[in-house]
Amino acid sequence: MLVQSIITNGLAVGAVYALIGITYNVMFSASRVFSFTAGSVGMLGGVFGAILIGQMGMPVIVGFLLTLLLGAILGIVIEFVTVRPVLKSLDQHLYVLSTLAAALMIQQLTAIYFSTDAVPFPRVVPIESGFLDQKIWLPILACVGTIVGLEYLFRHTLVGRAFLAISEDNYAARALGLPEQRLRMTSFALAGMIGVLAGFSSGQLMFASLANGPLLNFYGFVPVALGGMGSNRGAVIGGLLLGLFQQTANYFFGGVFSSVAVFVVFIIALLVRPEGLAGAATARRV
Amino acid sequence: MLLESKKTGVGTGRFEAWLPVLLLALVGASLPLWGDSFFGLVATRVCIYWVLVAGLNLVVGFAGQLAIGWVSLLTIGAYTASALAAGRVTPEIPTFFALGAAGLLGAVFGLIAGLPALRLRTFYFAMTTLGLSTIVTQIALAWKSVTGGGVGIPGPSMPVPLDSPWGFYFFCLVLALFVTWMTCNISASRYGRSLVAIRDAEVAAEAVGIYKPRLLMAVFLFSGALAGFAGGLFASLQSYITPDAFTFDLSVLFFIAILIGGRGSILGPMIGTAILTILPDFAAPLVQWSTFLYAVLLLAIVLLVPGGIADLLDFKNRRPLDKHREIRPRPELLGQILTAPRKSELRLQNIVLSFGGVRAVDGVDLEIHTGEVHGLIGPNGSGKTTTLNVISGYYTPQEGTVSQDGVDFTKEGPHTRAAHHIARTFQTPRLIGESSVLENVMIGGNIDASGTFVESLLALPRHWRDEAHLRENAMAALTIVGLERLAGVRADRLQHSELRFVEIARALMMKPAFLLLDEPAAGLSVDEIKRLGALVTAISKQGTGVLLVEHHADLIFDICDRVTVLNLGKVLASGKPDEVRTHREVVNAYLGA
Repeated sequence: MLVQSIITNGLAVGAVYALIGITYNVMFSASRVFSFTAGSVGMLGGVFGAILIGQMGMPVIVGFLLTLLLGAILGIVIEFVTVRPVLKSLDQHLYVLSTLAAALMIQQLTAIYFSTDAVPFPRVVPIESGFLDQKIWLPILACVGTIVGLEYLFRHTLVGRAFLAISEDNYAARALGLPEQRLRMTSFALAGMIGVLAGFSSGQLMFASLANGPLLNFYGFVPVALGGMGSNRGAVIGGLLLGLFQQTANYFFGGVFSSVAVFVVFIIALLVRPEGLAGAATARRV
Repeated sequence: MLLESKKTGVGTGRFEAWLPVLLLALVGASLPLWGDSFFGLVATRVCIYWVLVAGLNLVVGFAGQLAIGWVSLLTIGAYTASALAAGRVTPEIPTFFALGAAGLLGAVFGLIAGLPALRLRTFYFAMTTLGLSTIVTQIALAWKSVTGGGVGIPGPSMPVPLDSPWGFYFFCLVLALFVTWMTCNISASRYGRSLVAIRDAEVAAEAVGIYKPRLLMAVFLFSGALAGFAGGLFASLQSYITPDAFTFDLSVLFFIAILIGGRGSILGPMIGTAILTILPDFAAPLVQWSTFLYAVLLLAIVLLVPGGIADLLDFKNRRPLDKHREIRPRPELLGQILTAPRKSELRLQNIVLSFGGVRAVDGVDLEIHTGEVHGLIGPNGSGKTTTLNVISGYYTPQEGTVSQDGVDFTKEGPHTRAAHHIARTFQTPRLIGESSVLENVMIGGNIDASGTFVESLLALPRHWRDEAHLRENAMAALTIVGLERLAGVRADRLQHSELRFVEIARALMMKPAFLLLDEPAAGLSVDEIKRLGALVTAISKQGTGVLLVEHHADLIFDICDRVTVLNLGKVLASGKPDEVRTHREVVNAYLGA
């Protein structure tokens, strides 16, 4: 029973990290920008769900679609306000500051207009809990669905191929006449949707809570950094492993130990291989 | 002449460097005359925060490392001082020793927090400092026997004259002044310039012998110590601390105060700290919104005024420059800074370097002698710059050796070349746009100075000697390249051709035995190229060996003693200019008929 609970919880939490990792990746591929907003957008998924369905009493499906829509709009706003203006001077890394500012604003507005405490999330699927509760399988399902969806998008649609082209070689893609700006905006919208999906699907597991913002931001970044920026496979495998490790360490040694352990492993791994365990080496400097 | 150098503002540097200390002393000391006790309390907090921010400023504003989680060090310092003073770990310890211990532990953790910066890029480093601050808070909550957990512990209480609010205020003010003075010293020293160089021109910094890891470690230790000490003071001011006191909002305040103030400035971040600390206190309804306001300010600064307050206060650099400037080098003065180096030779043997499947350099042999100008020419992509980069240590070749008089330094990093007196310029000039021309040139003398970080921190005699010496040499170097009138101007206001000559002046500061010039004539007018040629010839006459990568064939054949032609990574021909000029394959591959 215990082993089962560690594994299922670990996979569920891991799936959420993986989704946030994919959020980082989707933003990164189209713009070469790391964004601090990934975690906050994830947090908002839970908050939107709790407000729309829990407090306003909307039907689940309406609340869900509306959450996705809000996520997409949020992504576009983030792109427009914090990314587009600083892309010209990417080497100055101003995006670190502008996206940090955006993340802080989101967190603060949530604290003021929603709540600083964790708020319970309504049940999404009206069925009895069977072998696995929905708080466990919902995030896993969301993660699988996202991966399948992205695979389909990238391999079988024109827009998806355009995405790949942009992320592979921005200049060449623009020279071919691809609408880089529109694609970047679309990818931020997509990232916003994946982010809120992470928060929404894990609402019952992690509640709608302000604290999830920084938490998801860090634990979603760990698998991406280790797996190599831009690699969704790395994000998913890393995310699931991280979730399993955390739940195990949580149970046997307590939460503080598991945080410290994750942090130490993260730092050491990055110091040994700054480009990530599966990433490619850096380009020429002079 | 003398009048002109005054006009450029070089002479006024001293006063400006001390302005932050003077201002803080004036406002701080007069505060009890015009402020009530509430003012005093807020001002105490400003002073304590500034002790931390002043140190962090060297990390963020000068070295450009995005340390956004510095509140973790404040937390560590606060709990160290409180736990020691309350006797939770050891028998009770007097407050001052507890504060000292807080500073010490802060230094250790500053180093730990900073270590990732030696390898990681910006966002990654930001994330690690963020992660550290989360973890420190969690540990503060969980380690109940020492920190009291969520209940908290009392802060250290100050001994008698300092336990009154005004007494404590003056104690903190004196510390803040001391810290300001120290960072002003660093800012005006070669260490301050080196930090900015790491931030804005890392590659050039390595070429002049700045070793980033050691420098950053010193700064992280110093900044950590100040943060830890500030933590102890903070605990004393709060009189009772819980983990709630150390929210991430504080980290944001510290970080944003620096950015609002402006990178590479001390006065700016000081004003920024004061504003951000005071603002919520004097507008009660704002408290809830303070972080939001900080975030809006941050975004506005990033998007609208990247230079911050310091940029708004920089009146000197708004004065228009003379539009019709001429660069008139004075090679006859070279003897002032160059002494003939002993005869030596730089030898490349069978260098092979491939990038993926491309063999960029494919078995190149090259010999450069002191006192000669050696031209390196060839079509685009023939491996000229790559060869230069192998000599400067940016690339380690897969095969072959680079040696000077038999001493092999093929595998040593680029920062070691300065000690061998191998200097270089870059294809696109790599200068620090926000620093003055003079400061840019002074960077070149980095290995010439002998004072340590601590000596500069405390402005000990060796610091002054180094500074005077570097300044004098840099002025001489600027006069030689003909740019002494622009010494006080920000480098990013110069024209392209001027930047090329500034780079040469910087290289001259290294007293080069060998000088590698990477397309120095690109973008220069015909007259300027002529003067450049004369300057290069004069430099070689002083005994320096020059390796000149160029596309201007006229210049090459005019001034070179020897020419090597590369094609597809291989040496096509090598010899006297006349031989090479008529070499059939060279004519076919490169020069044309």
